Amino acid sequence: MMELQPVHATGPQETFVLNLGPQHPATHGVLRIKLTMDGEFIKDAVIVAGYVHREHEKMGENRTWAQFLPNTSRIDYLSAMMYTHAYVGAVERACGIQPPSRAEYIRVITSELNRISSHLVWWGAYLLDLGGMTPLLYAFDDREKILDLLEALTGARLTYCYYRFGGVLEDVDDNFIAGTRAFVKEFRPRLRMFRRLVSENIIFRKRVENIGIIDAEMCRKYGATGPMIRGAGVPYDVRRAEPYSVYPELDFEVATDPAADSMGRYKVRMEEMEQSLRIIEQALDRLPDGPVMAKVPRVIKVPAGEYCYATEAARGRFEVRIVSTGKLIPHRIRLRTPCFGNLSLFEEAARGMMLADGIAMMGSLDLVIPDIDR
Amino acid sequence: MNNIFKDVAGGFISLMIGMGITLKEFFRKPVTVHYPRESLKMTPRYRSHIIFTPDEDGASKCIACNMCVNACPSQCIYVEGEKKEGARKKSVTKYELNFTTCSLCGACVEVCPTDAIDFSKRYNLASPDKERFRRMDLCKDLEERNRKK
Amino acid sequence: MTTVEPIRLLLFLVGAASFVGLNAAYLVWVERKSAGRFQRRAGPTEVGYAGLLQPIADAIKLMSKQLIVPPGADRFLFRMAPVMMMPPAIMAFAILPFSEHLVAIDFNVGLIALFAFSSFNVIAVMLAGWSSRNKYGIISAARVVSQNVAYEIPMMLVIITMLLVSGTLSLTGIVEQQAGAFWNWNLFNLAANPLMPVTFIIFFICMLSETNRAPFDMAEAESELVAGAYTEYAGMGFGVFFMAEYANIIIGCALAVILFFGGWHSPIGVFPGVIWFLLKLYLLIFIVIWVRWTFPRTQFYGLLNLSWKILIPVTLFTFLLSSVMIKIF
Ligand code: SF4
Ligand code: SF4
Repeated sequence: MMELQPVHATGPQETFVLNLGPQHPATHGVLRIKLTMDGEFIKDAVIVAGYVHREHEKMGENRTWAQFLPNTSRIDYLSAMMYTHAYVGAVERACGIQPPSRAEYIRVITSELNRISSHLVWWGAYLLDLGGMTPLLYAFDDREKILDLLEALTGARLTYCYYRFGGVLEDVDDNFIAGTRAFVKEFRPRLRMFRRLVSENIIFRKRVENIGIIDAEMCRKYGATGPMIRGAGVPYDVRRAEPYSVYPELDFEVATDPAADSMGRYKVRMEEMEQSLRIIEQALDRLPDGPVMAKVPRVIKVPAGEYCYATEAARGRFEVRIVSTGKLIPHRIRLRTPCFGNLSLFEEAARGMMLADGIAMMGSLDLVIPDIDR
Repeated sequence: MNNIFKDVAGGFISLMIGMGITLKEFFRKPVTVHYPRESLKMTPRYRSHIIFTPDEDGASKCIACNMCVNACPSQCIYVEGEKKEGARKKSVTKYELNFTTCSLCGACVEVCPTDAIDFSKRYNLASPDKERFRRMDLCKDLEERNRKK
Repeated sequence: MTTVEPIRLLLFLVGAASFVGLNAAYLVWVERKSAGRFQRRAGPTEVGYAGLLQPIADAIKLMSKQLIVPPGADRFLFRMAPVMMMPPAIMAFAILPFSEHLVAIDFNVGLIALFAFSSFNVIAVMLAGWSSRNKYGIISAARVVSQNVAYEIPMMLVIITMLLVSGTLSLTGIVEQQAGAFWNWNLFNLAANPLMPVTFIIFFICMLSETNRAPFDMAEAESELVAGAYTEYAGMGFGVFFMAEYANIIIGCALAVILFFGGWHSPIGVFPGVIWFLLKLYLLIFIVIWVRWTFPRTQFYGLLNLSWKILIPVTLFTFLLSSVMIKIF
C-alpha cells in the first residue's frame, strides 16, 4: 500500500469542491458526488442522490398487486429477474401460493442468467472506469447471447416481467434449453480469457489491489450486502442464509474473498459467474416436467398482514416488504435495495483517497443509479 | 530485490499475454450487425406495442369489455364500443393506445377474454411527431393492414 | 548556401505540414478502424469506402463548430494553447530523416533539437488546462507536468545510452551506422549493450508517456477528468490538440525507428529507402494503438513509481553496462 501524504499536509489548507456528476462518465448515470478535494486527494465526499427518483414505492400504493409487476423490473434494470422474484415471492408467501417446481427451476435458471449478464455489464463498465475500453465490448458480446436467450423466452431484453404470481408467464422450449447449455459451454473459456486479459494484468492489479478497503465492519454499519460483504470475507448470501425457491437443492459455493479491497470484490464477482454457471447446469439437469403456473385466482387479494421476501440480486440483498389490508391494492410496498447501502459507505471509504482510486473504488461498488433512487 | 525482479518480469509477461489476446481478437470476424443495412429478426415472443389480431374475416375480435383498460398499470388504453343491431356482443369502435406511457408489460394481452390483442413485432419505431405514438388507433391500423392484404 | 536552399526548405515545410495533416487525419481512421477490430466491431464504414472519408467529414464538422471560450477563462492563453501545440510538432519533422536525401535540415545536434521541440507540448497542454478555468483541467495540467518531468529523465538516459553506442547526435549519422541487414540495427547491437531490447522497451514506455497515450493518458483520463485539459475546447481548438497528439506519436515512433530500427535501411540489406522507414514507422504506430486498446489506464502514482523506482534505475544500469561494454570492446 502506498504511503501518500497530501501535498499540503503541513502547508496552507486549501481545498476546492469538485462536482463529480450528475453527468460524469464514471458515475454511470445521474449520480452526483460533491467532493472536497485537496489537490488530487478526496477530503470529503457528499452523495447527492435522487436525480432519478421515480416513486416506485408510492406507485405501488395506487395500483393493484399485479399492476406493480412491471415496476419491479425497472428498479435495478440489470437484475430485473431477481427483483421480480422477490416481489412475486412476497405475494405468493402472503397468499400461500405454491408455484410448481418446474416454474421454480425456470426461475432459478433465468435469475442466474440474469446475474451473469449483470456481472458482465459491471465487469465491462468497471474496466471502462479504469480506462480499458476493449473488455466492455467483449463482455457485451457474451451478454448479448444471454439477452438473446432471454428475449426468445420472455419477449424483452431488459425489463422482462416474466414471473407471475404462482409461476412464470410461459414455459421454456427446447431451443432455450439447448441454447443455455451451449452458452454455458461457450462461456467457461471466455471467463478464462477474461481472467488472462484482465485479472492477471499488472496494470489492473496495481489499480485495484489494496485500494478501497471496505471491511466487514463498515459493510455492517452501512448495510452493504452482496459482493461487497462477500468481498470482505463474510459468506453472507441470501440464497444460503434465507434459502428461497429451489436453491437449497442446488450445489454451489458462496464466493468470498478476505481481501476486502477492490480486487476482493472483483474476484468475488468473477467467481460468482462461475458458480452461476454451475447452478444453471444443475438446474437444467434437474428441470422437472409439469405445469409452469399454479392455480391462482384471477384477481389477487392478499390477506391482511405484513410479509417480506428477500432475494440475492446481483448487487446484494433485495427485499420486498408488503403491507396489505386485504384490499385489491397494497397498503404499502417497501423496497430495500442493495445499491443504496452499498453507496452510502462511499463517503467514509473515499476519505483520504486519490481521485482516481476513489473512482476505482466506486466502480467496484457496482452501482445502478435508479436502484439507489428508486 | 529478487521480488522486484519477479514482479517486473511477471508483470511484463501478463501485459504480453493481454496483447496476445487482443491480437487474436483482431483477426476474428466482427460480431456486430450493420444496422440499418442489416437487421435481426425479432423472436416470436418479442413484445412491441399491441395490435389487434383479426378473426377470419379481418374484423377485430374485441368486444370492448374494458378488461384490458382496467388491467393496464399505465392507464394507456382507451376503448369505446357499441352494440350493433342484431349482434350478441358489443364491438369495438375506437381503441386508442398511448404508446408513450405503455410499459410493454403484457397485462392487457394476458387478460383479454377474446384474445383480440397481441404484441406486434414492429421495432423500428421512430417519428419526429409524438402524436403518432400518443394516440395509436388500433382500429385504423387493422383497417390498413386489411387493405394492404 | 545556394539559391535553391530556401526553396528546398519551403518545399519541405509544405511537405512536413501536409504529412502531419494527412497522417493525423488518417491515423485517426486507422485507430478507429483497428479499435473496432480489436473489439470485434466494424469501425467506421459509412462515409466513403470503408469509412475512408470519415476523417474529412470529421474535420469539416470540427471546423464548422463555434469556438467557445468559457467565461472567466484566460482568453489569450486559452486561444494560444492549441497554437503552441502544433508548430513545434511540425518543426520537429524538419529534422527527421525519412531517407538518405529526404531530410530538410541535417544538423549535427538533431537529437537535442528534436527533444527541445517535443517538450513544448507539455507547456501547451498545461496552459490549456490552466487557462480554461475548469477544475478538471487544472488537475490535468498538474498531472501532465509531473508526468512529463518524471518520464523525461529515463528517456534522456536512454538517449545518452544510445549516444554512447553511436557517438553522434546527428540523426542521419545514427542511421548510417546501422546500414546493412537487421543484425546491424541498434536493437540487436548486443555487443554494445546486452540489454538493448530492454532499453528499447523503456524508450517505448517513455514515448507513450510523453505523448500522453494510453495506458498513460493521465491528462485526459476520461473516466476521472472527463477530458482533462481539453474539457472546455470545442471545434477546431480540440481538433488541433488531437492532430498534435498524433503528430507527437509519429515523431516518437520515428525516433524509435531511427534509434533502434535502422531508419530507412531495409532489414534484408537490399533496397534501402523511404518505404522501409514508413513501414517500420507504421508498424510501431500500430503497436501504440494496439497497446491503447488492450490495457486499462495506470494509476497516477503508479506511473510515477514506475518511472522513479523501476525505469530510472534500470536505465542507469543499462547506461553503465554500455559504458563498460564500449570500454572493453
Ligand atoms: S402492455 Fe401493459 S402498459 Fe402496455 S397497454 Fe398493455 S397493459 Fe398497458
Ligand atoms: S381488447 Fe380484449 S380486453 Fe380489451 S376491451 Fe377488447 S376484448 Fe376486452
